[in-house]
This record gives sequence, C-alpha cells and structure tokens, in this order.
Amino acid sequence: YALFTCTYKCLYVSGDSSSTTTGSASPVPNSYEYVEGGGYSGTSLQSPPTSVPAKQAPPFGYNYPTMHPAYQQNPAPRPDSSPSHGGYNPPGYQPYSQVLTLLSSALGGLGGVSELEAETLRPVNLLQERNILPPKYTPPPEPNLSNDLRKVNCSPDTFRCTLTNIPQTQALLNKARLPLGLLLHPFRDLTQLPVITSNTIVRCRSCRTYINPFVSFLDQRRWKRNLCYRVNDVPDEFMYNPVTRSYGEPHKRPEVQNSTVEFIASSDYMLRPPQPAVYLFVLDVSHNAVESGYLNVFCQSLLDNLEKLPGDTRTRIGFVTFDSTVHFYNLQEGLSQPQMLVVSDIDDVFIPTHDNLLVNLKESKELVKDLLNALPGMFTHTRETQSALGPALQAAYKLMCPTGGRVSVFQTQLPTLGAGLLQSREDPNLRSSTKNVQHLGPATDFYKKLALDCSGQQIGVDLFLLSSQYSDLASLACVSKYSAGSVFYYPSFHHVHNTAQSQKFQKDLQRYLTRKIGFEAVMRIRCTKGLSIHTFHGNFFVRSTDLLSLANVNPDSGFAVQMSIEGSLADTSLACFQAALLYTSSKGKRRIRVHTLCLPVVSQLSEVFAGADIQAITCLLANMAIDRSISSSLSDARDALVNAVVDCLTAYRANGSNIQPSGLITPAALRLFPLYVLALLKQKALRTGTSTRLDERVFSMCELKCQPLLQIMRMAHPDLYRIDNMTDQAALHLNESVIPQPHLLQLTAEKLTREGAFLMDCGSVMFLWLGKCCNETFIRDVLGYPNYASLPSNMTEIPELQTMYSERTRAFISWLLESRTFHPAFHVVKDDTSAKTSFFQHLVEDRTESAFSYYEFLLHIQQQMSK
Amino acid sequence: MAFTFAAFCYMLALLLTAALIFFAIWHIIAFDELKTDYKNPIDQCNTLNPLVLPEYLIHVFFCVMFLCAAEWLTLGLNMPLLSYHIWRYMSRPVMSGPGLYDPTTIMNADILAYCQKEGWCKLAFYLLSFFYYLYGMIYVLVSS
Repeated sequence: YALFTCTYKCLYVSGDSSSTTTGSASPVPNSYEYVEGGGYSGTSLQSPPTSVPAKQAPPFGYNYPTMHPAYQQNPAPRPDSSPSHGGYNPPGYQPYSQVLTLLSSALGGLGGVSELEAETLRPVNLLQERNILPPKYTPPPEPNLSNDLRKVNCSPDTFRCTLTNIPQTQALLNKARLPLGLLLHPFRDLTQLPVITSNTIVRCRSCRTYINPFVSFLDQRRWKRNLCYRVNDVPDEFMYNPVTRSYGEPHKRPEVQNSTVEFIASSDYMLRPPQPAVYLFVLDVSHNAVESGYLNVFCQSLLDNLEKLPGDTRTRIGFVTFDSTVHFYNLQEGLSQPQMLVVSDIDDVFIPTHDNLLVNLKESKELVKDLLNALPGMFTHTRETQSALGPALQAAYKLMCPTGGRVSVFQTQLPTLGAGLLQSREDPNLRSSTKNVQHLGPATDFYKKLALDCSGQQIGVDLFLLSSQYSDLASLACVSKYSAGSVFYYPSFHHVHNTAQSQKFQKDLQRYLTRKIGFEAVMRIRCTKGLSIHTFHGNFFVRSTDLLSLANVNPDSGFAVQMSIEGSLADTSLACFQAALLYTSSKGKRRIRVHTLCLPVVSQLSEVFAGADIQAITCLLANMAIDRSISSSLSDARDALVNAVVDCLTAYRANGSNIQPSGLITPAALRLFPLYVLALLKQKALRTGTSTRLDERVFSMCELKCQPLLQIMRMAHPDLYRIDNMTDQAALHLNESVIPQPHLLQLTAEKLTREGAFLMDCGSVMFLWLGKCCNETFIRDVLGYPNYASLPSNMTEIPELQTMYSERTRAFISWLLESRTFHPAFHVVKDDTSAKTSFFQHLVEDRTESAFSYYEFLLHIQQQMSK
Repeated sequence: MAFTFAAFCYMLALLLTAALIFFAIWHIIAFDELKTDYKNPIDQCNTLNPLVLPEYLIHVFFCVMFLCAAEWLTLGLNMPLLSYHIWRYMSRPVMSGPGLYDPTTIMNADILAYCQKEGWCKLAFYLLSFFYYLYGMIYVLVSS
C-alpha cells in the first residue's frame, strides 16, 4: 500500500495506469492532456448516436384544417387557475379528462410509481388542452434520488441532463427516441464556492476522477470511485477535516459535501508559470468605423472600467488599430505621449518594436488614458475605406504569442484587403427563400486556421461586429469559435441613428470588460463507465476525445455534449458525470473547478419519459440542428427537428399509454415539446420564408450554440406577461419590496388585448407592447406621458417615477433582470409603429404566411405519426 | 512468355498497390493515435492531409494505365473506388490546402469512426487487389 499511497504525490499520469511509479521517474509533460490526467484507455468507439433521420416533409401551407371545436374558445384565462394540474378543460370534455385523471391515479397506485412520476407521466391530449404553459417559471425535473444525495447534487443551472433518468442500455434509449446529452455552464458566476487548499488533490488512480460527494467510503481508509468502481486509498491528509477541525471523518470534508468545488492546483498542473492577464484591443478605424461612432463609446467605456479589468499588478494591455494599414502604439512608461507606429506592408506584417506595445497597465496607466482620450479624434478625417482585418489579426497573434491572453476585435465592415479578405456572398433577393439557404459555412479557412494557432498559444479572440452591411459573419465567427472566444453582433450600429444599439453596446462592454476571466484553460468531462461522449457543442477546440482546449473561459458561455451508452449500465443504480475545468485565474492562480452530477439509472421506458427535461432536450436539439444545417442543409435540419417530435411521440404511443388516442397524447413531462420545437423552427437561425439577413441568421446560430440554457430558452420561447393589471396575489416579498408575479402567457395574439400592456422577455431584448386603448393611468404613472398618442415611437427605458404603479413595474422588471449578466435592450412598442413586427415575430403560436400556427403544427405531427 | 504492355501495367500496379497499402496502414495508425490521445489533431491533420492527393492520383494513374492496356475487368473493379474518391474529395470541408481532414471536426466521434472504417476497408481492398494484380500479371505473362 505504501507504493500506492505515494502516487497521490505525483499527479502526472500519462493517460494510463501503467506509469504509477515514483514521481522522479515520470516524464515531463509536454501538453495539457497529460497534465490534467487521462481518461479511460481502450474504450472503443460506439455505434452511431441517436441522431434524427432526415425525411421529406410536405411543404408548408398546403392544408389549412379547421380548428377542433373544443380548442377554439377562450377568453383570457382566469388569473387564478390552478397551476399544477395544467389545462383548463372545456365543459363538454369533462368526462374525458376525468377518465384520464382516474387512470393516472390508478397507475400511480400500482407498481410503486411515485407520485412525482405519476404527475409527469399523466397523459395530456395536446389537441384539447389549450393552456399547457405553466403560469410561472418551473424548475427542471428533480432526479429521483434519495434526499441526501439530492441535497448535494449539482445545481441544475450549472449542469443539466436531457434525461434525468438515464436509460440502462442503448436499446432503451433508442426506444425512447430522445437525445441524451448534458448542458453545462461550468464557469458561471457563483455566490458560494468552496475552495479547497490541500496539498494533495484526491483523485482516482485509474480514471483520474476527482473525489466528489457520490463516492462510497468502504471503511476509514479506502473509498470506491463511482465512475470506474476502483477502490482507492484515502491519503492521510484527507483524514483531517479543516472545517470542523476533527480527525477521522473523511466523509465530512468539503470536497465530499459539495458537488461544486474549486481546488487550488499545485505546480503539477502547470505547464508553464501562470500567465498574467494580457488584453489586446484591435480596433477598426476605417471611414465606416468612424462614421458609426463606436470608437467614442468604446474609449469612454474602457476609460471608465480601466480599474476594473480583472487582473493584478502584472496585467498588460495593448492597442492595435487598422484600416488599410496596421498601426501599433508605443506606450513605454517614460514617454510624454503615446507614439503611433504604422506598418504598411500588410502582406508580411511584422512587429515594429519588441516591447512596449503590450505594456504593464499599472505603470503606463497615464499613457493608456491619454491614448484612449485621443483615439477618437485621431481618425475623424480619415478617408480610408478598406479594411485589412486579416493582417491585423496576424499582427495581434505575433504580439500575443509569448504570453497568451485575450484579443478583442472590433470590426465594422467586410475585410477587403490582405490575407483573409472576403467577398460579399449574400444575395438580397434570396433572403426570404423557402428553399435552402446558402453560405452558412465559412468561405475560407484563414480564420479557422488563425483561431487554431491562437488556441495553441492560449490566445482567445472575441469578435464585436458592428456593421450595417453584409460582413460574412459565417467566416469571421470562426476566429472566435475555435479559440473559445465570444461573438457580439450589433446590426446597423450607429451612435446617432440607432441609440438602442449604442446603449446596448455600452452596457455589454461594461459587462465584458469587468467579468471574471480564466486563461489557458482545459476542460474534461468524465462519465460513469458505459457512457461516452461523442459530440461537443460550443466555442472551444476539441483536443482529444474528451478534452476541450479553451484559451479563455468566461462566465457567460455554455456548452453542450451528446452522449451515447456504450456498455450496459445494468449493474449500477447511479450514473455520475464530472466536469473539471483547469484554468489560471486573472490573479495568476491555477485553479480547478469541479462539478459533479449524479442521476439514477432506470430500466423502464415510462421512467425515462417521466424524467425528461424538456428545456434541455430543446437546447440540445437546437445545437444538433445547427450542426446539421451547416454540414448538410437548412431544410434537412428543419425536417430533422420535426421528425424528432414525431418519433418521440410515436414511441410514447407505441410503448407507453394504453388509451386509444383520438388526439395527440404526450406525457405531461413532454407536453411542451411540440411548442418548443415550433418556436425553434421560427427562430432567425432556422426559419425559412421570412426575410432574414444572412449575418443575423448566422449570429442567431452562434448564439444558440454558445449561450447557457436559460438564455437560449428565453430566446426561443420568450416569456410574456401582462403588466398593466398586476396584483399582489402570490407576490414575492423580498428585501421589503413586493414583487408581483404575473402569470406567463402563451405566445399568441389571442392573449393580447387592446386595453393591456404586455412585457415580452426575449433574453437579449425586452419589448413592452401597449394596446391602442391601453389604460391611461398606466401610461401616465409608469411611462410618464399623458396619453397613448403622445408616446414617442422609440422609447428605450422606463422612467423612474414615484408612483406606486411605476415602483411595482420597475420592481418586477428588476427582479427579472436580477441574475442576468448581460442586460437586454429595452423597447417600448406601440401598436401602430413599424417596430411592432419584431414584437409579433416572437408570437410563435400564431400562423404567419410561411409557417404553421401551433394548432396546425400539432395536426401536422399527428398526420406524420399516422403514416 | 511475352512481355506485353498489359503485363507491364500489372507489374507497375503491383508496386504501386504496395505503396497504397502503406498509405492505408498509415491512416489506420494515425486515427488510432488520435483516438487514444497520443497525438493532437492539428499535427495529425498536417501529416495526413498531404498524403491524400498522392494516394488518389496514384489510383487514377493506374486506372488510366489499365484503360490504355484495354484490361476492362480490372478497370471495372477499380471504378467504384475511383468514384468514391471523387465524391470524397468533392465533399471535403472548406480548406485552402489539399486534404480531407479538418482538425476542428475530426475529433467528432462519428467522423473519427467513419475514417477508421474507411481505413480498414481500403486496406482490405488494396490487399485483395494486390493479389489480384499478381494473378493478373502471371496470367497475362503466361497466356500470350
């Protein structure tokens, strides 16, 4: 045993368990995968995943059926309809629903199905039950675990699985026709994070998993891994619990009590000394850029937030501007003012001086401030219209090579000069075509190759695109996608003509500059033996079969992975997943953030359906659809989405219920599935037939792939509330303020009335729609205008008035925005302005000239199911 | 034993098939290295991509030779592989240099599995064609 315990001192195991000898004999690691530790050796790759097959679907609009009579009624729903039992059934169909509830309670009594499951398995006939939307935000389904395991399980905001009951075999998963995957938000801002500072980080010898709450302690000195079932020893240091200062209770240590922990990594986890925070800003200063006025906003924002840039005394900063040539700025400490150096040879960009282009922020702060104050003025009279983005990026890469860090690129037009120049590929006449949309993939691999080079040197590139013309975002976004950066797009940005975008840019910049950041990061996701990950979605570079290389990691990006079941999970009752993120904090400390999720394994198909998490399934399907639309075609992706619903409901009908369906029966857990898929089909990314600019479409695809789950759900299926008649019923009382809780409404014009004011929360933008006959008290007390006609058409915020109405409304809105990191743009939309199209586009249940209404979609699905 | 052009073709094809077998084995080893995390995808793609076009061109070369030598059966047996190569090259991801493998997508388990299967199938095909050419060469040498 002495030999085995000393392995905990040396933590570089190069991927297999054969080299667990003493530390001095191990080879020096030369890449991050060895440092972080290997996964399983010898797992063979599995059968193809449960991807949805593409089928031919009939074109839209070929058949407009009449509505089911029971479906048609509905004045506004009673505000106090009971939320937990779903639909408000019309009187004529009482007996049917009674039969259903009787049957489900009978089923609930039999066979030990818990009450929770009976509720989630309750059959819902979508064609009859109109109000399926829960009135409030519902939390994701809880896994069916014992109470103490449930308490320590990972928060669903961080780690979520599409199926909270994992099927035992691949065959069972195939029968359910639902995708299996995880949605992660590993670097989320957390209010409470236990940080462990022990000398040894306890990991399994063979699979290198970190110790977590779901291991079982065999006796005082040994523990059994939950991922590979090996038995390991507890090191001596672990026996001491620093929190309670007691000895001999390893299971009370914080690593074992929390599923989200952060370890301080020792030097074994570093390939090089932790890098300082290095920020480089690459700015477009062509005529177009100066016209749009973004430079003023950016410089002002950076000046305001210079102190708050994450970092320590070693933080470095630099600036590069470009139009048809590339300009560098010498910010050496002793100079009286910044010195600009112009490199005009863009075919072979070189760095003019070796130092002082990236300077220490503390030492050269005055010079940096001078530069930021002078920059907007320096280029006001520029006549350069060309943009040499490629050479500028190459220069940035050369500058940042030695250290790594973050590059923020601001671009306002198509790059027209030098390497990586792009052509305009969009044909405006094809914007509303119902056939395939072309040019969704990159035109050149220059940006992709550059991103891979940057990723290798731990440089993350973030792209801000502020253009009004087509700028081939499909190619440009590659530079961020593979270097773990983020893409921000402000279409039609102009500081005077489009103040809403300008304000959003400013607020986004503030969050962007001050948010937490991690450098030179890698992430590895491990699962219980028998499960394996086969596809990754998000902005990173997949370095090996389960290791993701992230040059920068930020708290606003989410990731998704698809899994398949290789072996059988029959001999275990719990499946565990662990995501470990190794990064350098902005203060130069090497940390490992570990999240562990534990879910039960089931063998019955009904239990799989009962545990389905519909929001996670929708997000994973969105990711898969986008991949499919780029690799094959948009119409294939759309067909695949519809088939996903059809297959799943057919599987439920074939295996689950024994009621003869005359309608469209789904289990209650999946009742929102067709609605969410319809909402996805109407997203900018995937819609056809409505005029969509190519850049906006590509940006919407990028967002769907890299935003965290809650943001995606708000984008796809926004929350609609009526706010002119909010009452205090069921209001939240927080911090001495009363926050009203209006019900969520379905996204259809049926729910809008001319007398009301409605708030729609779409994640990145919020609309306040006012009916023509809206209550004048509301307009006066909340918006500050005497009547409807006097409201300006481009109001972008709610004024702070001292009336009770205003306070209540603002309390509600700030409660909605509380945990959001990027604040949405806000628009007040009157019913008669042109802006109302953007509001009405989000009402996904309504029919448009090129897309189904919700009811028609249900009938379409029913028809497909009966084929 | 007349040394006709057809016999010469078969001999040359025999030698070149040895080279093709070598390429196929290289591919199999390369993908196995990727799967077991022994090498990183960027380096591996940089070694694999330059080998793709030479392999295809060698195969095209001896198809053309068999066409000239009027060996229709052999040509017919090689046609499916030729069309497969053409299809594969036409549907490759956007890249500026020659090659089929993109480091950002190659680690996707589906693509990796597909490439491995492709490697094994090609190896089997080239081995079989090696023996077929050997037989063909002897046949042509003996029968004329």
